[in-house]
Amino acid sequence: MSTGLLTDLTIAVLSLLVGFEVISKVPETLHTPLMSAANSIHGIVLVGAALVAASAHNTAGYVLAFVAALFAGMNVVGGYAVTGRMLKMFKRRPAPKAPGTEPVSSGAAEA
Amino acid sequence: MSGFDATVRLLYVAAAACFVVGLHLMNAPPTANKGSRVSATGMVVAVAATIALVAHDTAISATGWTVMLVGAILGSAVGLAFAQKVKMTAIPQLVSLFNAMGGGAAALVALAGFVAASSSANLGGRVAVSTAIDVAIGAVTFSGSVVASGKLQGTIAGRPIIVPGGRLTNSVLALATVVGAVLLAARPHSVAMLVLTLAAALAFGVAMVLRIGGADMPVVISLLNALTGTAVAVAGFVIDNSVLIIAGALVGASGGILTKLMADAMNRSIVAIMSGGFGGGDSPGTDTGGGSAPVRQVSADDAAIQLAYASKVVIVPGYGLAAAQAQHAVRDLAQLLEERGIEVSYAIHPVAGRMPGHMNVLLAEADVPYTQLKPMDEINPEFPRTDVALVIGANDVINPAARRPGTAVSGMPILDVDQAKSVIVIKRSMGHGYAGIENELYTDPKTSMFFADAKAGLVALGAAVKTLVGG
Repeated sequence: MSTGLLTDLTIAVLSLLVGFEVISKVPETLHTPLMSAANSIHGIVLVGAALVAASAHNTAGYVLAFVAALFAGMNVVGGYAVTGRMLKMFKRRPAPKAPGTEPVSSGAAEA
Repeated sequence: MSGFDATVRLLYVAAAACFVVGLHLMNAPPTANKGSRVSATGMVVAVAATIALVAHDTAISATGWTVMLVGAILGSAVGLAFAQKVKMTAIPQLVSLFNAMGGGAAALVALAGFVAASSSANLGGRVAVSTAIDVAIGAVTFSGSVVASGKLQGTIAGRPIIVPGGRLTNSVLALATVVGAVLLAARPHSVAMLVLTLAAALAFGVAMVLRIGGADMPVVISLLNALTGTAVAVAGFVIDNSVLIIAGALVGASGGILTKLMADAMNRSIVAIMSGGFGGGDSPGTDTGGGSAPVRQVSADDAAIQLAYASKVVIVPGYGLAAAQAQHAVRDLAQLLEERGIEVSYAIHPVAGRMPGHMNVLLAEADVPYTQLKPMDEINPEFPRTDVALVIGANDVINPAARRPGTAVSGMPILDVDQAKSVIVIKRSMGHGYAGIENELYTDPKTSMFFADAKAGLVALGAAVKTLVGG
């Protein structure tokens, strides 16, 4: 077993444990946004698509890389956009009487 | 390692840190937005670093650039359009579609990495084994997510569909996928094994999800999300890329935890859910009690009187609210009641709707403050001092039969709606819930049934309350 593979396995196991630890504390209210956020993070496969496009040197390679880039782009951009839309809706205080006007605390304690 | 490569690696580490911190910030609503932005920043850094790496390492051809950029830009545009147009009620199927895209992309990256490596004739065991695993997981996730999305969208029937051969077919397909993957790992140049693994995995994904009923979809989507993450991590092994491994493993773990939380909330094992068939009417409908007892129907006016003179009202939303897109109507009614000084809160069952937290998102869309949304543990002790529990399109999650053994919902934690002083149920008909059994709450003497579509019913109630209080 090569050093590279061992390093990768170490990284994978530790990341899994970090994932368990970070996620197990999220309240139910945020389960859907969280799933959507996790969903956008696996859009990182776009990096993989770019790298295989760079190493492709025949038609099969180009076709695979193209579809991979297409799928991954959809996953990553769509994922973040929809997560953002969802999170914008969570308000800190009761909405004002007139619907449509944003409460000052909208987006809640950002930055 | 050159200074340039080292810089790219460091940027990958920074991106990975952004993902972890971003997910951590999603622990609480006030910081969730920031969390999403931190995670997005990490993504931009990782992608930018990769493009710089590809440009620096001059091996890429003009065709490679075209393929990469056109693919990514086209995909991004489509994804953005979907994300902006989707209705909040349709989020689950969109997430499922993005799962399909991620899983499919992971399988394709592995395949492409494999193709590139195989022509150089020194295919290492590492690439062979991880490609085999990735093709299998990625393909199952892709086809399974497409079917899940179709079921939620309604283009494929939501009820469990038994494929010819039933469980045997599924077992054979699963076995074929595993055997194909093992043989592919052992003999990585075999195109036949590659095709077998791919075909078996695609077919297994379809057959597996077809068997599962619509109301179990939250768990299924969550599991497919975890699988996609895993597929991406394995793709990272194929092309030896740490940021893919870290991000994929993070998502795999998070999806896994969420899946378990959801299954626990339904008191069912993940295996039982994934083996499917639940809710097809094959559960013994015995011991449900009072199936033929008369129900008490009310008009909008009578229901409005009950609501308007209550001091504490708990609203219990279910899938019917989402299906009728009644989230704004319920908000309007709640505001009317609050203006009269009535305390209004919402009881959110963990598996109400079609996705974890589905109700929270819908109600948040309608500007209901999240502080009014009470999770099950918090709201249950409040039911005994609740004057009116207003149930909108929820069924199994409030069925008292769950407290007795021997029913299809036995052991499932429920909202204690039957302990409220009175109950109003807005429901289209006396039809059964997903579990296919009678709900004895409907025949309880303190329950009034208001037969209507959730949206129309809520609008009628609102109008009746207004007339009543002389608005």
